[in-house]
Amino acid sequence: MHLILFFIFAGCALAGAVNLLLQSHPINSALSLIVVMISLAVLYLLLGAEFLAIAQIIVYAGAVMVLFTFVVMLLNAGREERTRGSRAALALGFPAAVAIVAIIATVILRAQGLSTAGVQQGITSTAELSRVLFHGLLLPFEITSVLILIAILGAVALARQGNGDGERKAGK
Amino acid sequence: MTILEFFLWSLLKVVVVTVVLLLAVSYTVLLERKVVGRIQNRWGPSRVGPFGLLQTLVDGAKLFLKEDLTPIGVYKPLYLLAPIIALACSLISIAVVPFGAPDVGGPGINLFQIANVNIALLIILGVTSVSVYGVALAGWSSNNKYSLLGALRSSAQMISYELALGLSLVGVVLRAGTFNLRNIVEQQAAKGFLTWNVFGGLQILAFFIYLTAAYAETNRSPFDLPEAESELTGGYHTEYSSMKFAMFFMAEYGNMITVSCVATLLFLGGWTSPFANLHWFPATHNPVLLAFASLFWFVLKVFFFLFLYIWVRGTLPRFRYDQLMNFGWRVLMPLAILNIVGTSLWLAYR
Repeated sequence: MHLILFFIFAGCALAGAVNLLLQSHPINSALSLIVVMISLAVLYLLLGAEFLAIAQIIVYAGAVMVLFTFVVMLLNAGREERTRGSRAALALGFPAAVAIVAIIATVILRAQGLSTAGVQQGITSTAELSRVLFHGLLLPFEITSVLILIAILGAVALARQGNGDGERKAGK
Repeated sequence: MTILEFFLWSLLKVVVVTVVLLLAVSYTVLLERKVVGRIQNRWGPSRVGPFGLLQTLVDGAKLFLKEDLTPIGVYKPLYLLAPIIALACSLISIAVVPFGAPDVGGPGINLFQIANVNIALLIILGVTSVSVYGVALAGWSSNNKYSLLGALRSSAQMISYELALGLSLVGVVLRAGTFNLRNIVEQQAAKGFLTWNVFGGLQILAFFIYLTAAYAETNRSPFDLPEAESELTGGYHTEYSSMKFAMFFMAEYGNMITVSCVATLLFLGGWTSPFANLHWFPATHNPVLLAFASLFWFVLKVFFFLFLYIWVRGTLPRFRYDQLMNFGWRVLMPLAILNIVGTSLWLAYR
């Protein structure tokens, strides 16, 4: 049962990822990425990480990708054009991608103990997860949140710098 | 229970629940037309069938038989996909909603809930966050300025109010200590309406934040800017006709029902009776009667919320766009955070 679901959604994830590369229209690529995100969420669920799965959907499929599609819609990005540069990237990109996949695959196959992580090993409840997160890892968690806050402030500062009188208009 | 039994039971429940939900959707439309009619001092539909009860069937037939226009300029794949996303997202969330008492029908069968999962509340929020795509893609792929404006407004509104909506539920989750909807209901059941989250749980602020944010989330009046007729003709569904339009329409009412179910479960004690604490109130131990009583209370509470939706639509004027954004970010968000802090302090003190 778990195995069937795994193959279905792993297939969906792979198909979405390949489609993302093949599509020439940016909005189709963005939608393929959403398919990948949701399939990954199901794979997390199969591993018993229910909170991670739903966080993947809410944060990535729901929030991040909405911003992606927003940008595509607002900029009205057209179809991708084939130029000499893009052909060169294609020629270099495929061998490079194959090399990277080969390296990652060898590392994973060499690694010890990975094969024991199977499906169907019980569910990690949200309570257990939060206990680890807010007891053992409290300091890294807080530092990460401060880091994100700094990133947000930086983004706001950069956006305001662009046009001088934008601030006055926004304040009104 | 074997896997085959599980599949058959699930299939049966899915079919029954979907049919009931679609019927509820069509009769919510009729209810809205009747109630808004009475508010505006007219009868509403009254010709087809007794009290106009068959009006929705006729409307459905009309939409089904209408010519299905596809404008030339649309981006076809997404134009076709958008209503499907909208309707699917609005129908999925009901799968985790428990409608009645769990101990009916024997162990493992769970007659009144399709799937009892630990993260039910988060699943509903997740589906809501994905449903933005239906509206956004519809507006963009229609290649029409009104549609695009409507879709942009709608997406911005849904993203902004989703935060307040999610934060308003944290107080309830803190009190219950779980995301499982059934456990959240059972935690409120002890003393009837005195222990409901909205009264005894002191979550009344969260309740109002949730309702307001949910109205905005479902694009309903007074936050129905995405389809403000006077400015945008039809908003994101301007270019849709026939069944594709009907799918958006059904999605909107399906979302209303989901929101009402969640409000019932989280704040009004779900399927439990409000009078469980009163000894003179007749109590029964007959399992069949108990099952029907739980269904009755649940449907009654959901009906109350649906009526409230329509009442608000009939009486309040539409917000202006800047008012909407200010209200969401500067009023609802801080209030929701205040509620979380207050609830946490209270729980820590107790």
